[in-house]
Amino acid sequence: MRQYSYIYGLLATFILLLSVSPLSAENSSTLPGKELNVREFILEHVADSYEWHVVGNGEKNLSVPLPVILCSKTSGWHLFSSTRFHHGETAYKGFHIAREGKYKGKIVETDASGNEMRPLDLSLTKNAASLLFASLLLVVIIMGVARSLKRNPLEAKKGFAGIMEMFVMSIHDEVIKPSVGEDYKRYAPFLLTIFFFIFTNNLLGLIPLFPGGANVTGNIAVTMVLAVATFLVVNFSGSKTYYKDILWPDVPTWLKVPIPLMPAIEIVGTLTKPFALMIRLFANIMAGHSIVLGLTTLIFITVSLGSAINASMTVLSVFFTIFIDFVELLIAYIQAYVFTLLSAVFIGQARISHASKPAVQETKPLFLKDK
Amino acid sequence: MSLLSPEPGLLFWMMLSFGIVLFVLAKYGFPIILKMVDTRQNYIEESLQSARKAQEELARVKETGETLLANTRKEQAEILKETIRKKDILMEKAKEEARLEADKIIVAARDQINAEKEMAIRSIRNEVSRLSVDLAERILREKLVTNKDQMEMIDRLLDEIEISKS
Repeated sequence: MRQYSYIYGLLATFILLLSVSPLSAENSSTLPGKELNVREFILEHVADSYEWHVVGNGEKNLSVPLPVILCSKTSGWHLFSSTRFHHGETAYKGFHIAREGKYKGKIVETDASGNEMRPLDLSLTKNAASLLFASLLLVVIIMGVARSLKRNPLEAKKGFAGIMEMFVMSIHDEVIKPSVGEDYKRYAPFLLTIFFFIFTNNLLGLIPLFPGGANVTGNIAVTMVLAVATFLVVNFSGSKTYYKDILWPDVPTWLKVPIPLMPAIEIVGTLTKPFALMIRLFANIMAGHSIVLGLTTLIFITVSLGSAINASMTVLSVFFTIFIDFVELLIAYIQAYVFTLLSAVFIGQARISHASKPAVQETKPLFLKDK
Repeated sequence: MSLLSPEPGLLFWMMLSFGIVLFVLAKYGFPIILKMVDTRQNYIEESLQSARKAQEELARVKETGETLLANTRKEQAEILKETIRKKDILMEKAKEEARLEADKIIVAARDQINAEKEMAIRSIRNEVSRLSVDLAERILREKLVTNKDQMEMIDRLLDEIEISKS
């Protein structure tokens, strides 16, 4: 019981922080004489950045400097702190952060003919740093639980290790085991890693304070790597039946002989599955961040409409932000769950042999993707 | 739109971090957790089974003990009964023997008494006859000086004896 109240306490604190901190952090955009561009504001916060803004009002900012790593075609490798750009105001070593154009917000260099071009940019950006932090956190937590279990395996764990064990086993028993089928043991570690990786990053993304708040799983590069990992695992574990069904499916011969119509469709099908995984996770998390930011900006938009409206809208905004944060908490779990479930189902489908052909299908939770 | 085009830098960091996380957790993290939970499950199952077995064993032992006790009690009762019976028989026998022995002793004693009595009577008779002969001798010596007297006397005496005997 005590553990639960502890969690509720944590949640409450966390929601409180969520609802309060944007008020102070986003003041920067309401400087006198400066209209708030909501679209810009949201896109800027959802996108990646070279420094990690912690707190500040536009004039005085506390940011965590992050290393910029570049490989230019002309001048080779560079490594320097992101503070050199002074929040994008100045150029350094011929590099600057583009303000306009298709490279907006990215580091570009200007070549001899005056064109902007991007160097190979391996900078440890806000998202990358958050990713590393989340990875470290996850490894520490899971290895801690594993060690605590290993030390005394015959005793039921209490406290955090107990909760984590229950969590791991619930995903293992209710998602992976029934979806993958027979040899689920081979894929369980991969799928569990996928689940907890996504879940950790989703949760960290919801915390607006320093080590969290980055829109990591709402970034297409991140979800792409996850989806590619699933794609590789699915197709490397494909059975003969699976490949036969793709390359020579049970359809009238004219659909496959002169023009391989069905095989083409099937091959595209294998690609669309991980593609859908990638887009679903990305869109859900990004949308969640956008909604929270949008609701927060309500306060600043309505400033010009008089204090009465502004005050009421502030209350409304805080209320809705809290509500959406709860929904986001749910989404954080559901999206990790759906990604894992579908990966497990795809692996299960790829493992099918003629001997046993259970009717595996995409189950209900699929529809949860729609917000 | 830049949101939909993956950044090569982030791709690199993601591949790196996810790769490391996957390697570490899928090799040293989750398999251990799953294995340990499995171990514990097996242990609990085994414990339950052995507990059940022990309970059955205990019940069996209890039952055996009870049967044993009941049997012993029955046997004890039987032995007791037998003993009482034997005791009765023995006592009866002893009594009989004692009676026989006593009878024998009594008979022997009576015989002896009779024999002794006979002997005593005989010795008394001898004594008496010797005394009477002595007396008679002395008396006769005084009185019977002649043969005739002697003869008369003898006859008379014999008659008397005859009469007394008959």
